[in-house]
Amino acid sequence: MRRRSVVLTSLIGAAALAASALVGGTSSQAATAGGMAPFDPAHAGGTIKLVAAAAAGSLDPKINYTGQYWELYQASYDGLLGFRYGDGKASFEVVPDLATALPVMSNGGKTLTFTLRSGIKFSNGQPVTVADVKASFERIFKVSSPTAGSFYNGIVGATACLSKPATCKLDQGVVVDAKTNKIVINLTAPDETIISKLAVPHAVINPANSPVKDAGTTPIPTTGAYMFKSYDPNKSLVMVRNPYFKEWSHDAQPQGYPDQIEYQFGVTPTAQVTAVENNQANWVYDPIPADRLNEIGTKYASQVHVNPLTAMWYLPMNVNIAPFNNVKARQAVNYAIDRAAMVKIFGGSQLAAPVCSFLPPNFPGHVDYCGYTKGATPDKPAKAWSAPDLALAKQLVKDSGTAGQAVGIVVSDDDVNKQMGVYLQSVLNSIGYKATVKPISGNIQFTYIQNTKNKVQISVTQWYQDYPAASDFLNVLLGCASFTPNSDSSINMAGYCNKSFDAQMAKAMTLGLTDTAAANKLWGQLDQQVMKDAPVAVAFTPKQLDFISSGTKNYHFSLQYKMFVDQLQTK
Amino acid sequence: MSIKDSSEAIFSESPGKIALRTLRRDKRSVISLTILGFIVAISLLAPIYAHLVAHTNPFNSSLDATTKISGKTVPVLEASSTGLGLGVTPIGPTWNPTSYFLGADGQGRDVMARLLYGGRNTLLIGTSAGIICILLALLIGVIAGYRKGWVDAILSRLLDVIWAFPVYLLAISLSVVLLTSGLTIGFIHLGPGSFALPILIIGVVYIPYVARPIRAQVLTLREREFVRAAIGTGAKDSTIIIREILPNIIPSVLVFIPIIVALCMLTESALSFLSIGVQPPQASWGTIINDGLALLYTRPWVGIAPGLLIVLTAASLNLYGDAVRDALDPKTRARGDA
Repeated sequence: MRRRSVVLTSLIGAAALAASALVGGTSSQAATAGGMAPFDPAHAGGTIKLVAAAAAGSLDPKINYTGQYWELYQASYDGLLGFRYGDGKASFEVVPDLATALPVMSNGGKTLTFTLRSGIKFSNGQPVTVADVKASFERIFKVSSPTAGSFYNGIVGATACLSKPATCKLDQGVVVDAKTNKIVINLTAPDETIISKLAVPHAVINPANSPVKDAGTTPIPTTGAYMFKSYDPNKSLVMVRNPYFKEWSHDAQPQGYPDQIEYQFGVTPTAQVTAVENNQANWVYDPIPADRLNEIGTKYASQVHVNPLTAMWYLPMNVNIAPFNNVKARQAVNYAIDRAAMVKIFGGSQLAAPVCSFLPPNFPGHVDYCGYTKGATPDKPAKAWSAPDLALAKQLVKDSGTAGQAVGIVVSDDDVNKQMGVYLQSVLNSIGYKATVKPISGNIQFTYIQNTKNKVQISVTQWYQDYPAASDFLNVLLGCASFTPNSDSSINMAGYCNKSFDAQMAKAMTLGLTDTAAANKLWGQLDQQVMKDAPVAVAFTPKQLDFISSGTKNYHFSLQYKMFVDQLQTK
Repeated sequence: MSIKDSSEAIFSESPGKIALRTLRRDKRSVISLTILGFIVAISLLAPIYAHLVAHTNPFNSSLDATTKISGKTVPVLEASSTGLGLGVTPIGPTWNPTSYFLGADGQGRDVMARLLYGGRNTLLIGTSAGIICILLALLIGVIAGYRKGWVDAILSRLLDVIWAFPVYLLAISLSVVLLTSGLTIGFIHLGPGSFALPILIIGVVYIPYVARPIRAQVLTLREREFVRAAIGTGAKDSTIIIREILPNIIPSVLVFIPIIVALCMLTESALSFLSIGVQPPQASWGTIINDGLALLYTRPWVGIAPGLLIVLTAASLNLYGDAVRDALDPKTRARGDA
């Protein structure tokens, strides 16, 4: 998923724990193994002011699929399960939230049984009941949540709900008992990632009488420490304390510190930085402009926090149209790009690192290898990328017979992406193509490059983990099922479909249910195998930079949801 | 010069010669033409500067390039080594013509070399668009004013339609559409990166601003005695237009030229600044200002230098336009001479 979108984590047993253990932090505030410190009323109060260039669309938690608002939902909405409030790897752990405990699994992993906590109320005073739980799962389909078909399609009855959302009924899939507060979720097949999927905002519990369409700018009552007071996407979003909130789980939904959280929109990134420098705002949402990085890294170093992300910037190449329907042309691009140069454009080696494997470093299945660096080949890879090989790239272009062809590079129109596009144009021209850069609005670029109708040859895009499992990269981005011609929702942008590779991925996913280590080893091999076909060129893995004001304290970073906004203190 | 002498001079020389003589004496004209000449000359010398003086290719990214300052080799894009080591900053002005005189941009390219190449493109597009605009406006204005009736009605409404759109909104709309896929008219295809597209777009959007006054002038001229006399003698329309109408509107057209060229140049810069004019890796002053926007805090010269050149060029063209107007206006000239 893209930068504005969230990082969703699977934390099933050893697989996720092993993954999270690998994700180390370089935050200036050291990550701890545990959760948040106990609430200290002495630091409560005040207003946290956040600034951003733009709002992130609908406020409906079943609709919104952006990191910008999921960061806020953590403090306001709750599901049966939630991700733990904690620094670094602790944040990958799924904990019981509105449920009293993690589910009891039975029927070979196809049945999950929960008990709903009693005494919890929505921010409108209405008590939370099992009827709300059932209605909330049905609402996922009724409002056509973006993950309805991918995350929750395994619930019994989901298929019918996907085909007829308006009349969705999950009588067999979500069975509730008001007397005992029991909730039973039935799946059609075991799903190794269902626990994580139930912990994300699309599975939060809303009142049963919530609108059965996108609520848009109208806030839906919350259960967490905060509720939404007002929302104007052109101006601001205001959160205040939920008067009915009483802390029931410090790990899942702790009491927050500020009395109010204000998000102001329409502030340019450079004005955001200045506002934080002048203590007029507490935190900058948008990426720091390149020419302000050195300034904040020197004058305001104590207010800067840099954390690793399991993500990648990459160049999908359309394997179905010229010139990249030729494997040599795709390999040429992989050899030609100077990944260190792209890291420079992104902001330097402190904010990103060159990679050429598909699975990012510190990720399940990742193997240190690079088949496209000077002195290496996909069959005899080096341990890491060192330098581009332009001579070999030129030779491959010549051998492919594609030299002199026109290539359009579609990039988002923000400064960093445009610079990447101009650099790529220079590289492609130097190896024999006639390249042009096509910057288009960031609002549509991501869907534009997915649709085969647009005949995109090569593009620059990003992918941030949904959950720490290799399938979230390899299967999602290069699986045949992810390629839908003529659709804006065809996340396999390269259009790569290799039946044999698909079969091996299916084998790895099945293996993951019983033997995580063996599955990850297989994923590592599949990574190297698919990169021989080079449907994409991976450039680098980025880091998250948070810049907070000098008066802001208690910064904590979640690998799952990034910064905990509600834990910031102004007193 | 006395009024009597001035009158004798006027009757002894053609109006064109008088205007040229006046222009040569006008300080505004001399200063503006000197500045324009200098800017055009250095822009035309761009390849010589890039290849023989700075030894650089301003269209290629050079993120790993190095240069020498005071005998020391330094990277053109320098990673921060202070504090947290965040960010990469391009080299600033060295004020040495052989090496990054105005520094580098975010791609490590020589800003001075790009500025000169950018000047060529901005001046080429501005001048070409201006000329196209004037020629088409002249054609439409003369036909509409001379023919009157339904021809005038159709052409005037067409101009009204173009005029109804704010200039920049119309130019942006046309650019966004045409720069995506190019323009195909019959067997002629203009690719998305072709300079002909911004030239056509900019030329077209300013037509009403010139055609309207010309039409009004032709409508007036058509009723004058000498034109009516020519019509009365049975002269052909084309003859009347060429011999009677055009000579009387040429002074107005000459005044329009520098002003419209300046407007077209400014519009080109604005469109390129918005990434819908000149396309990378080509440069124009507008694209360089856009590049400089991201470096405003650390390397302000990247944005300031093209901005200064745009201001100088536009001001010179406007100043020259004023001088031309005064030189061609007998009343102003007589007042000046007196």
